[in-house]
Amino acid sequence: MISLKQLLLCPFFITLLCCAQDKNPTNNQHTHTVVVDNLNIPWSFTFLPDKSILIVEKDGRLLHYKDGATSEIKNTPTVYNRGQGGFLDIELHPDYGTNGWIYFSYASSEGNEKGGQTAIMRAKLKNGALTDNELLYKASPNTTKGQHFGSRIVFDDDDYLYFTIGDRGQRDINPQDITKDGGKVYRLHDDGRIPSDNPFTNETHSKKAIYSFGHRNPQGMTIHPETRAIWTHEHGPRGGDEINIIQAGKNYGWPVISYGVNYSGTKFTDITEKDGMEQPLHYWVPSIAPSGMTFISSERYGNWKGNLLVGSLKFQYLDLCYISEGKVVKEERLLDGLGRVRSVEQGPDGFIYVGIENLGIVKLIRN
Amino acid sequence: MKHFILLLLSLTCINSCKDSNKTTSTTNLSANFSESIANGKDIYTDFCMTCHMPDGKGVPKSFPPLANSDYLKNNRLLSIKAVKYGLSDAIEVNGETYNMPMASLGLSDAEIADVMNYITNSWGNQNSEMITVKEVSEIKP
Repeated sequence: MISLKQLLLCPFFITLLCCAQDKNPTNNQHTHTVVVDNLNIPWSFTFLPDKSILIVEKDGRLLHYKDGATSEIKNTPTVYNRGQGGFLDIELHPDYGTNGWIYFSYASSEGNEKGGQTAIMRAKLKNGALTDNELLYKASPNTTKGQHFGSRIVFDDDDYLYFTIGDRGQRDINPQDITKDGGKVYRLHDDGRIPSDNPFTNETHSKKAIYSFGHRNPQGMTIHPETRAIWTHEHGPRGGDEINIIQAGKNYGWPVISYGVNYSGTKFTDITEKDGMEQPLHYWVPSIAPSGMTFISSERYGNWKGNLLVGSLKFQYLDLCYISEGKVVKEERLLDGLGRVRSVEQGPDGFIYVGIENLGIVKLIRN
Repeated sequence: MKHFILLLLSLTCINSCKDSNKTTSTTNLSANFSESIANGKDIYTDFCMTCHMPDGKGVPKSFPPLANSDYLKNNRLLSIKAVKYGLSDAIEVNGETYNMPMASLGLSDAEIADVMNYITNSWGNQNSEMITVKEVSEIKP
């Protein structure tokens, strides 16, 4: 009889753990059609009122898909395309129809130091080019590290703009320090001003735009269609990807508490809970490497309505998270094996559209 | 027959001597080379490890192994080129086909040389011929 300790010590077992697939079963009640093809890394996309699609490619291109053809938008921001950084999220202002503002996040090398950090810009689209480009936020300092730019943008019902920045590969420096950028969710007014009632505006030397902290690398953020709460997910290291509901001033614990371990298998913390730090609503071990996040709120998918969709980069599927009483109670694989799922949105027609690396944007159809 | 065995024995000896020489030569690297490998380890941790794993073994069917990789061993130029410009075609590594493109990482030529020196001298890989910044800079898309 082998003891548990012996098993844990066995390198073979550790290798198995490292390469373990998750256990989520494949759902067979769906199919898909390719809507836009020939995309590399569609980090994000959004639908314009005329139902055409703006697509952000990580390498710095902004594409406009209209009437079956794709064109490139000019005068896009200069992007620091390195490691996980590049041209990242896109979001329309809730009153886009009136004011025309489009919001972007991207890795930018603006500033004096070498390297880059996440920036937020807004601009308008006119005659195939961006105009009125306004830089709303630029995190600092720059670093040549390649990891964890965060990037996701959402608006709430009061037109506050929220966005995420990851810890930029400085786990022990940024996330728990509110005087530093990185490892945070931020809140701004739609014109870039910092709301006077942000949680840390009264703290000396704090970054006043911070809304919550203790994050690793959030690359999914969406508003719950009914509760209107802000849901995010974030990458853990090896294990410990999380879903959180974001609340003002809260500490989400990275790297003090975590359900993950170092990539090498060694531990960086012994605890998963601590007073004053939020527990995730859900966590993944092994990591699925989540990217993109949206709820199904339309009637197109029957009783899937109200469930959450999360892309898995690592295992290459769209994770259908069944939600019951605010918790994830079951998960199934959609679009299994098509490629790394980077982005997911519900279109104006109520269908779910999914950005898949080296494939394009596909439309999810329930049988 | 006796002669044949002797020949075999001496061949084996030459072979093993060769191997041990090789090991010695890579452990006595020039200071530049050692420094490049050390820098390359940091780049690897930052940019490569999440997919290719700390042990260089990659992930089956998704990310090819770098450890004992025949592709890396036999395709010096193409390997450097892949790190420099990304890779979109399928490649065969140790008998398995990998079809997961790699995006360009945005590394400088010096960083590319460093990380290549690190991966070609880690996890059992050995490359005694240092990859230089000049060599990287001369590789075109």
